[in-house]
Amino acid sequence: MSGKVFSCHKISEGVGEGEVIISRDEIMFYLVRPETGEVLEKAHDIEGKSVAKKAIVFPGGKGSSVVQSDGLFQLMLQHNQPAAMIIQYPETVLVAGAIIMEIPMVDKVDPEFYKVVKNGDRVKVDANAGTITILN
Amino acid sequence: MELTSDLKDMEKGKYGEGAALALKVQIGIGECFDAPRMVPITNAHVALSNQEMDLWFAEKMVKLGAKTKIPPTVNPGFCLPYFSAKNMVTSEEADHMKRTHEAYRALGCRLTYNCTPYMDTNVPFPNEIVAFSESSATPFVNSVWGARSNRESAQSALCAAITGVVPEYGLLLDENRKGNILVKVEAEMKSDFSYNLLGYMGRKIGPGIPVFVGLGSYLSPEAHRNLGAELNTSGAYAMYHVVGVTPEAPTLEAAFGGREPERTVTITEEDLARVLETEISDPGNRDIDFALFGCPHTSIREVRYMAERLQGKKLAVPFWVMTSSLTKSSAEKMGLLKIIQDAGGDLVEDTCSDQPCWHLYKGRVGVTESPKCAYYPRKRGLEFVIRDLDTCIDAALKGRVK
Repeated sequence: MSGKVFSCHKISEGVGEGEVIISRDEIMFYLVRPETGEVLEKAHDIEGKSVAKKAIVFPGGKGSSVVQSDGLFQLMLQHNQPAAMIIQYPETVLVAGAIIMEIPMVDKVDPEFYKVVKNGDRVKVDANAGTITILN
Repeated sequence: MELTSDLKDMEKGKYGEGAALALKVQIGIGECFDAPRMVPITNAHVALSNQEMDLWFAEKMVKLGAKTKIPPTVNPGFCLPYFSAKNMVTSEEADHMKRTHEAYRALGCRLTYNCTPYMDTNVPFPNEIVAFSESSATPFVNSVWGARSNRESAQSALCAAITGVVPEYGLLLDENRKGNILVKVEAEMKSDFSYNLLGYMGRKIGPGIPVFVGLGSYLSPEAHRNLGAELNTSGAYAMYHVVGVTPEAPTLEAAFGGREPERTVTITEEDLARVLETEISDPGNRDIDFALFGCPHTSIREVRYMAERLQGKKLAVPFWVMTSSLTKSSAEKMGLLKIIQDAGGDLVEDTCSDQPCWHLYKGRVGVTESPKCAYYPRKRGLEFVIRDLDTCIDAALKGRVK
């Protein structure tokens, strides 16, 4: 799949590159350890795994309208914020957080992407151009 | 996005850099959801949190000269005079809360410090366009009051309060307010506590607007509060319908706008028992160190009930009830505060469970009736056994929970 390019829709501008981590569950970034990026939530699909500097493929955000942004902010203070966020269901809380903290975020990705992408792939998300490239 | 000439002026900085930044954030949100234009709001609620991000953004807006056009009500941080007097916060923590207070005061917000404004202090009219953040507040104003708000974040609601407008998309439009998931509730709703567990079914319900059937013909304000708060802990929900109860769902057909549900979910007694036992509560049958209520804030009706249960008794562990300053003041006038204090408990105004003032309970185990109360402070090392209110009160009297 190396070099394959998929279309997507810009939510928050910017370009980010990182290793893919896929979560079937929605994510609440407050329950992530800022120092490591480790997901702390009990019974979460990626409990114990790190989202630091990753390109996260997940359904969308959930939870509090308050601390979702603080979770991202704390990750940013430790330079552990996601490299990019690839979501399916945008909701205002996570969208506002991504825009304010300038983290590239996209949705409406070519369905083919979801068939081929796997954990550990390296991807470049160019929200401005509306493309995701699988690099490995 | 099409902007009026006034908003174009705002974008260019005519009303200051703060207003220009607030509008820029909102234009970004609007473009994400393909909003064609901005529309005015007449009320807002900002989920102030006294977290670092919250203070960073509020102070940034103050420095940029922003002032709220629509004075919003705000969420609690912690009650600075109360916890300073009790020596429960460090000087750094006290300074942080003081800065949050100063920043929101400079922005011209209504410093209500309460997370249930829809109960009394900020109640919108049907069809009123508003910008409400806060877990239980957004679904309450949409579902119960029939007002129109998207699921704003603390920051996007503050931006809306500053600019006085919101992008027109989502729940502001009739066609997006219809349900798409039919949720058949077979579990018996024994008390308002049952709605905490029902709300925690977000993972089973899935994304969208749930339409509940099987809940009877009346839900108390506290049941709606609990349902909305927990739906937004287990998922992200800006609105729900209860057929025969909420104003936009007189019938099943009206709730779905004449369309078929995209999916049907059944919630059983076993679902509620399983989520309580395996996902959200620490195991019971143990000694406890404290009891904490009021996430979201306790209502006057609940305060009265607690006082009746505690009259003439002595509590075995500290018993904290977080509530609005209005409810605390009413409780004092009604003689309820004295009853609770005589038993060894207290009402605390302007305070949230996810604040540094509770750090003395790090590594300790409390009881609460709210899954949300147990969820967020987990990051601070607080552990909770979750039970219904009566069981929690019994536990606080004995120092041990079933």
